[in-house]
Amino acid sequence: MINLLINDQKVSVKEGTTVLAAAKDLKINIPTLCNHDDLCVAGNCRVCVVEQKGARTLIASCATPVTEGMEIHTNTLKVRNARKHVVELLLSEHRADCTKCYKNQNCELQSLANEFAFGEHVFLDLVEDHNYTIDRSSPSFIKDDSKCIRCQRCVRTCSELQYISAISVANKGSHQKISSFHNRPMSHVVCTNCGQCVNRCPTGALVEKTYIDQVWDAIYDPDKHVVVQTAPAVRVALGEDLGYDPGERVTGKMVNALRQLGFNSVLDTDFSADLTIMEEGTELLVRLKKALVDGDKKISLPMFTSCSPGWIKFMEHKYPEFLPNLSTCKSPQQMFGALAKTYYAKKRNLDPSKIVSVSIMPCVAKKFEADRPEMRASGYKDVDYVLTTRELAVMIKQAGIDFRNLEDSNYDSIMGDSTGAAVIFGATGGVMEAALRTAYEIVTGREVPFGNLEITPVRGMEGVKEATIKIEGCVDAWKFLEGAELKVAIAHGLINANKIMKLTREGKAPYHFVEIMACPGGCIGGGGQPIPTNIKIREKRMKAIYAEDVHMVRRKSHENPDVIAIYNDFLEKPNSHKSHELLHTHYVERDNY
Amino acid sequence: MENKGLTKVDIIFEKIDPKEVLIKAYKMTSAEIIQNMLDSGLKGRGGAGFPTGLKWKYTAAEKEPEKYIICNADEGEPGTFKDREILDRVSTKVHGGMAIAGKAIGAKKGIVYLRGEYRYLLPKLMIELASFHKMIKEIGFDFSIEYKMGSGAYICGEESALFESIEGKRGEPRNKPPYPTVSGVYNKPTSINNVETLVTAMMIINHGAKNFTQYGTKDSRGSKVFSVSGDTPTPGIFELELGMTVQQFVTEFGDGDTKAVQVGGASGFCVPRKKFAETIIGFEGVPTGGSMKLFNSSRSMYNVLHNYLDFFNEESCGQCTPCRVGCQQLLKGVEKVKKGEAKSTYLNELIKLADSMKIAAKCGLGQSVGNAFKSIVGNFREEIIY
Amino acid sequence: MYQVGNLVKELSDKHGRVRESLMPILQDIVQKHNYLTDEAMVEVARELDISAAEVYGTASFYTFLDTQVKGKYVIRVCKTITCSMKGKSEIIQTLEDMLKIKPGETTGDGQFSLIETNCIGWCHKAPAILINELPYTELTPEKVSEIIKDYMQK
Repeated sequence: MINLLINDQKVSVKEGTTVLAAAKDLKINIPTLCNHDDLCVAGNCRVCVVEQKGARTLIASCATPVTEGMEIHTNTLKVRNARKHVVELLLSEHRADCTKCYKNQNCELQSLANEFAFGEHVFLDLVEDHNYTIDRSSPSFIKDDSKCIRCQRCVRTCSELQYISAISVANKGSHQKISSFHNRPMSHVVCTNCGQCVNRCPTGALVEKTYIDQVWDAIYDPDKHVVVQTAPAVRVALGEDLGYDPGERVTGKMVNALRQLGFNSVLDTDFSADLTIMEEGTELLVRLKKALVDGDKKISLPMFTSCSPGWIKFMEHKYPEFLPNLSTCKSPQQMFGALAKTYYAKKRNLDPSKIVSVSIMPCVAKKFEADRPEMRASGYKDVDYVLTTRELAVMIKQAGIDFRNLEDSNYDSIMGDSTGAAVIFGATGGVMEAALRTAYEIVTGREVPFGNLEITPVRGMEGVKEATIKIEGCVDAWKFLEGAELKVAIAHGLINANKIMKLTREGKAPYHFVEIMACPGGCIGGGGQPIPTNIKIREKRMKAIYAEDVHMVRRKSHENPDVIAIYNDFLEKPNSHKSHELLHTHYVERDNY
Repeated sequence: MENKGLTKVDIIFEKIDPKEVLIKAYKMTSAEIIQNMLDSGLKGRGGAGFPTGLKWKYTAAEKEPEKYIICNADEGEPGTFKDREILDRVSTKVHGGMAIAGKAIGAKKGIVYLRGEYRYLLPKLMIELASFHKMIKEIGFDFSIEYKMGSGAYICGEESALFESIEGKRGEPRNKPPYPTVSGVYNKPTSINNVETLVTAMMIINHGAKNFTQYGTKDSRGSKVFSVSGDTPTPGIFELELGMTVQQFVTEFGDGDTKAVQVGGASGFCVPRKKFAETIIGFEGVPTGGSMKLFNSSRSMYNVLHNYLDFFNEESCGQCTPCRVGCQQLLKGVEKVKKGEAKSTYLNELIKLADSMKIAAKCGLGQSVGNAFKSIVGNFREEIIY
Repeated sequence: MYQVGNLVKELSDKHGRVRESLMPILQDIVQKHNYLTDEAMVEVARELDISAAEVYGTASFYTFLDTQVKGKYVIRVCKTITCSMKGKSEIIQTLEDMLKIKPGETTGDGQFSLIETNCIGWCHKAPAILINELPYTELTPEKVSEIIKDYMQK
């Protein structure tokens, strides 16, 4: 243990602890900006500078490890003046149109300004000196350089968590900026639209592209029938933007709120998640049969899940030779969209051209996904507008809804019913667990051999998880799998996905089936979820997801009555011709820059 | 204060038999070499002035078997050109100093980081390096040197930025600690020394530490090479004993009308005429990596300051707030004051900013911008305003 | 605009395919062609298995690793204080008149680029310029015009 004094208080901490963390132990708050729990230390904003006795200069508390006998002061005049200068300097480069800004009141720079730099500013406004660009090219997010304070959180996110490095620091001195490859539009580079940078940007420089107004317009258009679907991970995070602590499940209130907002039908992406299991599970079993029994060399294994649009775009840019390994299943959002304007329209006797299909997603890549040209199987744009969890919270506030006092409400029927297997799609490992619950039962006629259906080896925050399931006692149709060991892997965060892809490229991936989610923790840590994010918050959301599962009446996708009904009434059977038309897709190779 | 007067010395370019010196060093232990450096009192010649013996001692003490000795030849400080001249004329002594340092700290690899602007020297240096390698092999040294080129970035002279550059990255200074002696290039213990320091080290082995300490003052031992430019009839490089006053320097090199001397380059200090006599050139007064620029009364100190600030605006790496934005504010601020668009009292705010930059910037560059700014504005306020 | 062809591959074979190979590879491309095309940077990114944005980010940090089209002869005129005091403006003026371009521009025939640069270490022989890697010092308008005429003959 290392002993030191901070503001004359003694503290003992482990070797390697930063001064910032040691101060936190003493409940002494040191302001930070470039620092983020998920990322490596940068030490570049200099907001967290403190005074160390005997040192010539101030030190960055986030970047300085403690040493024995150190004496630190966090609030001397020297520190205050320097900190005030730093904040004012950042503001002088920053287009501070706060009242118009999407991040107003959810901006770390604004909070610092309130604390340290209120009132008259000394320095000259440099915004006009910079030829700032605002990049609106992506359907998912906006990159506004005039709000960028160069903390490099986005750059570190893109490289450390996501491996992509679609953005990097470019130029130097006063021209330094965060740039894509040679300033190309974000829509034309390797960016996966995952939005993890949006989650970590302390200002309004990176924000999702909002479609709130378009959705209001649709709701108030008497000609339109507006359906809304909600992704599994939204219900365990929405509360955070409405005054709840992380990990609170607000499913019933959310459904009620959506109805009050004026959506004609409040439906659940969980329905199409269950459907995904049927389609994807069948696809896997068919692939296994072709490969193992028929000896078909053209079958690509391992098969990768395809629910995460950031992951899909990652593959299209980085590993195009493995596109055949991706499941052809659309994501639950897009399955839902394709059915909303076909099956649902037919059932409800609606003109599909009058249906506006909205989805509430924990994701910003879903906005891109909905815009893909492949996603028009219904003859229309299958999903018209994608809103993030954050945008839904904004709408609820705009409508003046007293969320906390809402009664719980249930989803509407036809494509509103779901199971616990669908809910857990929201956490890393969830799709795998749901798939195993169903596939194992199809093949053996018995439930998966795990207590209370909880397949624990595929759960948790480990970057790459592996599991082997021995298949025994197969029913006749699947006898060829008798005794087989099904090897699966799960990765979340593209840095971990890349580890598996590297192995795959080297021919060293022994897996049959791999689940990959682009975001850390899976959708619960998605780019559209409430800000801030960190491992503790994501763990709480994950816990809530599994609690949601346990509380469901049905917990296996193939038992979902709405799913059974749609196969009986409309799709015939999994991987049918109709399914392929509406629920499956293909992928395109993209440039690697 | 000790005043040694102005004495020309010939050590750096002195003709020696390098092989003889290297054989002598080869026969010494690591501890003996380091003790020689400690006894000599040699401080780094790049400007920061860290005791060379200590740097070697710390690096030698590290257990990691892979270590590096780096020769910092990224001479970018405006007004310095001595390292180019040293490399051009006595590269074998530079390489020799590296081999000696390598022996002292236990490094088998040396890297010379040469600024891109000096690339024209490379073909000649490669030939000289080849014969050097041959010579030390004959003596028995297990040591080799390679050259890495810069590509036009002043900040890469900062040691940790230089490591980043060698590693193929943007030359952005790292957080310290860890210090280079613990974790430098490739995260290995590294001793990084200026070109001139390495030559001086070799000459200390040649002449002995005692000989070295007879030159200079208590705080600034020995002699060093000065790059003299600006308003002087005799621009060029000169090796002088440390410990002279600026007045003595100006008497020798001035054109009779010197009103200010910028000691230590753009990141150094501006000494006005009224302080010439009281200011010692050395670590007890104004430290310098060798850059000495003289300005006569025909020069506008506003133009000098503006030129420097423009330089920093372009050459700041841009990663930390105080330096990236602070430099812009200082430049734009003095422009506004000059044009009369800001009150002259605005300079006081800028001086406060310069003070914050000195203590809050991440690296030596950002911290030192304030030096030039404060010393020019402080001494020539009228010229900045009117 | 040049085509990189096999150059990047050859340079990667020579310098290696790790991150520290990046600078020598980019330097050698610039040595040969005076600037980096997007194609070249993408190719380098592919060889070294790093992102193209990082290659660009690194290149754009270094003044000599130009990512804009440059001529066969890149003239860098030192603009730092001593050169500035000793007649840099006249040198620029002479070059502008001869080449009919402003600093930052390249002649239509792709022969010359004119750039202002920071201290190149020839303050005692100011004003000074670099043409590609060669220094020319103690310049006067007459002297610089002779030098450029020679280059025009080449």
